[in-house]
Amino acid sequence: MSVGDLGFFLIVAIALVLLAGEAVAHPSQFAQVLVFGLADGAIYALVALGYTMVYGIIELINFAHGDVFTLGAYVGATIMAFFAGASEDSFLVANLIALLITFPVVMLIMGAVNITIERVAYRPLRNAPRLAPLITAIGMSFLLEGIMFLWHGPATVHVPDLLPHGAGFQTTIGGVFISFKDVFVVIAAAILVTLLAIFINGSKLGKAMRATAQDRDASQLMGININRTIAATFFIGAVLAGAGGMIWGLYFNTITYNLGFRTGLVAFTSAVFGGIGNIPGAALGGMVIGLTAAFSDNYIGSKWTQVVIFGILIGVLVFRPTGLLGMRVPEK
Amino acid sequence: MSDQQPATDNILELTDLSKRFGGLLAVDSVGLNIKRGEVFALIGPNGAGKTTLFNCVTGLYQPTSGKVMFDGKDITGSKPHQVARLGIARTFQNIRLFDYMSALDNVRVGHHVRMKAKMWDSLFKLPRERKEEAVITEKSMDLLRFVGIARQANKYARNLPYGQQRRLEIARALATQPKLLLLDEPAAGFTPQEKVELMQLVKKILARGITVFLIEHDMKVVMGISERIVVLDHGEKIAEGPPDEVRKDRRVIEAYLGKSA
Amino acid sequence: MSEPTTVKKPGSLWARLHLRERIKDRDTAIYGVLLVVVLVWPMSTYYATGSSFLTSQAAHAGTWVLLAIGLNVVVGFAGLLDLGYAAFFAIGAYCYALFASFQLQSSPLHHAYHLPFWLMLFVGMFVAAAAGAILGFPTLRLRGDYLAIVTLGFGEIVPQLFLNLDQWTGGINAIGSIDQPSLPGWITGPWAGATSIAILPNFNFSYDPTAYYVLVVIMIIIAVVLVTNLHRSRLGRAWMAIREDEVAAAAMGINTVTTKLLAFSIGASFSGFAGAYYGASFGLVSPDSFLFVVSITVLVMVVLGGMGNITGVIVGAIAIYFVLNNVLVSLPTNAESFANAVGLGFITKTNGDWPGLAEEARRLQFLLYGLILVGMMLLRPQGLFPSRVREQELKHDAVVEEETVAEQVPAR
Ligand SMILES: Nc1ncnc2c1ncn2[C@@H]1O[C@H](COP(=O)(O)OP(=O)(O)O)[C@@H](O)[C@H]1O
Ligand SMILES: [Mg+2]
Repeated sequence: MSVGDLGFFLIVAIALVLLAGEAVAHPSQFAQVLVFGLADGAIYALVALGYTMVYGIIELINFAHGDVFTLGAYVGATIMAFFAGASEDSFLVANLIALLITFPVVMLIMGAVNITIERVAYRPLRNAPRLAPLITAIGMSFLLEGIMFLWHGPATVHVPDLLPHGAGFQTTIGGVFISFKDVFVVIAAAILVTLLAIFINGSKLGKAMRATAQDRDASQLMGININRTIAATFFIGAVLAGAGGMIWGLYFNTITYNLGFRTGLVAFTSAVFGGIGNIPGAALGGMVIGLTAAFSDNYIGSKWTQVVIFGILIGVLVFRPTGLLGMRVPEK
Repeated sequence: MSDQQPATDNILELTDLSKRFGGLLAVDSVGLNIKRGEVFALIGPNGAGKTTLFNCVTGLYQPTSGKVMFDGKDITGSKPHQVARLGIARTFQNIRLFDYMSALDNVRVGHHVRMKAKMWDSLFKLPRERKEEAVITEKSMDLLRFVGIARQANKYARNLPYGQQRRLEIARALATQPKLLLLDEPAAGFTPQEKVELMQLVKKILARGITVFLIEHDMKVVMGISERIVVLDHGEKIAEGPPDEVRKDRRVIEAYLGKSA
Repeated sequence: MSEPTTVKKPGSLWARLHLRERIKDRDTAIYGVLLVVVLVWPMSTYYATGSSFLTSQAAHAGTWVLLAIGLNVVVGFAGLLDLGYAAFFAIGAYCYALFASFQLQSSPLHHAYHLPFWLMLFVGMFVAAAAGAILGFPTLRLRGDYLAIVTLGFGEIVPQLFLNLDQWTGGINAIGSIDQPSLPGWITGPWAGATSIAILPNFNFSYDPTAYYVLVVIMIIIAVVLVTNLHRSRLGRAWMAIREDEVAAAAMGINTVTTKLLAFSIGASFSGFAGAYYGASFGLVSPDSFLFVVSITVLVMVVLGGMGNITGVIVGAIAIYFVLNNVLVSLPTNAESFANAVGLGFITKTNGDWPGLAEEARRLQFLLYGLILVGMMLLRPQGLFPSRVREQELKHDAVVEEETVAEQVPAR
């Protein structure tokens, strides 16, 4: 264990001790923050997966990914508005139908959007100077935000509150308020991450993705279709981001065109925290960062949360650049 | 280098040098001594650990155990730039030039370690900086001429033909004014004519008082220029001696042709 | 010809400036055009528009040119990706704003400082450089992309800090009425301005954008000369070597960590320098002027102009500034007047979901900027004026000829 690792774990340990003290002193408040943190963290995890997968395979910080997430929420809000029978006041069968249809449709649309972005904007630059695709990714981010701005202007957009909520769907356990929505977010994210893990480890395409991330040239020699594999990575990343956007929208019920910028940066931090390129790491990192944000909001003050999160980002890279679970270090 | 009192006869001494990558012992307790002013060759099948040994000497890798003595000093675990400053220069098996810099600039970078200009000198182009630049430029042109590619001085390194890139890498290494030059497969991919030229170049380098330590596969080249050979197989030293002796060694033949031979 | 080692002794000023070599460059043509435009700009725009608005805009654009020149050292020369460059800009600007305004009166210090601009220019520079060194020291040992991420985080933290520490910085209220620079008496004496013995124009920073314009042009010229000197020096070559191949550079004896640290700090110092100038010329420093989009815009200027090439970067900075502050800003009014002119006046009115042409065009700005970035990168990933090998060693062509002849003689 290096000095850096030691520093890293020391800081983590101090943070945990401080939190434990807080947990003993005010258990119900602590548990409440925990619930918020888990729900946020689950969403960050979904978005972080896309960053980590894309970085793992083509070493690009895909700045547009956060906006794909927001676009998912925008598209979802629009589609759900079509279901006239669905109600925001009580949970009807129509709500269930609306959700069951909207989720996969949004996920597929976002996958298609991301494949298109990759095809049009990134693939032609795969052998260009390193900065070119990065600038393009930033341009794509502006472009997507521009589209959403054009679509609904600068104001916040309402996402129909179709999930079960209200008196019948919430409870207070030992002073901790838990709603159905909180549980829904965590379970939905857990299901998606599990499906992803099964896919990556079990399917042929998943293996191709892992092989390409390890060594692109060798994979090509082994007969793996690189273009298809990279496209699939973008597709899956966007499917998860789209679902994340939907979940965010259903949870908070308001979105703005530039939501993806900050969320994207936080999710990206999660990916780095878990060890960029490392898929379980991104999921774990998302949860940890979500919890950290919630604790910081509560115990330090929400105006400092951004400083805390990016401070963590810098700290991780200085003390333990491989992140929590270690990253894939490409050979030079 | 005649004004220096050599500490020992050997310019480079490796003692029990090992390098482990996970479960793979790429270099396994290798010991060897290179004498001042000789051409010493390291051969062995692909993957034997030759390049890894070079990397351990030049500080790109930290040896797992063992000792590297250069010119009487222990340089085990030194940083690459410290090793270069002390007087070891190298070329790379897969050419590593500064692609988007001119051939001349590549060689001028080689002089970096012997130059004195500090940031402030350069910022204001003080006279001494300008003088140093002029001298270095001349020296660099001399080196390009020495390896025979002066006419390409203003071309991007990446635009030179393969053979000239190898020469440019040697010129760049010589610019650091080394006492010991490590060449990693300098004749790889050369035509017979180019190999002859390379052998002449190595002799010219030797005539400048620089010791040469090279990795080479082509036995003709090795026999033509080097006095002593070490053979590496699976990281282990399996033979050492003059070329024609080593060539007859049973273990060496086995290593190259497989045990069945 | 005498022996080749005799380089012509620097005699005349002409030779000293290496002008002869420089004129052979493509870049010199660009410098020439820029210089002419810079000289005639204040007069001709005043003559054409009757106001000095365009001059003050140019003085503002100069800030961006300075930033781009500085970031080019980091990104273009040394190949280090800095995504938080605006943080150093903020540090420079706040450095000046805090110590050259009434701000600290209301801080826990209860004492306002009014340090002179010319001093703070350098203080801002050094503070930013120091911040760069502190940030760079632990992170520059890491792989390339990590630096990008660390700087990204730093760029998010710094403006937030200036926002949060409102006791000191005024937070969201920003710092206003920042002192103007003042010139020493030997320039502003009775021989300047409108007096009868005036031989100099009156450079008064509080009324006259031309004063800022002249100041920023001088700063840019100094920056260009210094950076060009660095580029063609031992240090500049070491940067490029690291950019091209860090392992080979280390094997050539370059201490990659300190060399990268120098690039990073020098780049940051430019940003600090520009920040102090910005504080003075804009007169207002607010935390939301240093957000991520500023870092990105400077990066875009550098990449679009042609990384590593100073002229390209200057042109890139001007072009992007123009697009962002003129083309996109005036798009709504232009679109509206165009629609009116061609008899489509009705689309300028609000109608149901349609917010009116001007509003729609305003909303399009973001999208267009994105499109421009993507399009430019796809069309010219290497930038408008990529750096190329300059034929700087002209004096050696003769030497090379000589050698060629010498080589051929024994062959015959
Ligand atoms: N950085 C590294 N990480 C892991 N294994 C390595 C590394 N460098 C070399 N190796 C392994 O060490 C062995 C020796 O490689 P090398 O020294 O390049 O052989 P040679 O130069 O004799 O052909 C090979 O099996 C190679 O795969
Ligand atoms: Mg080898």
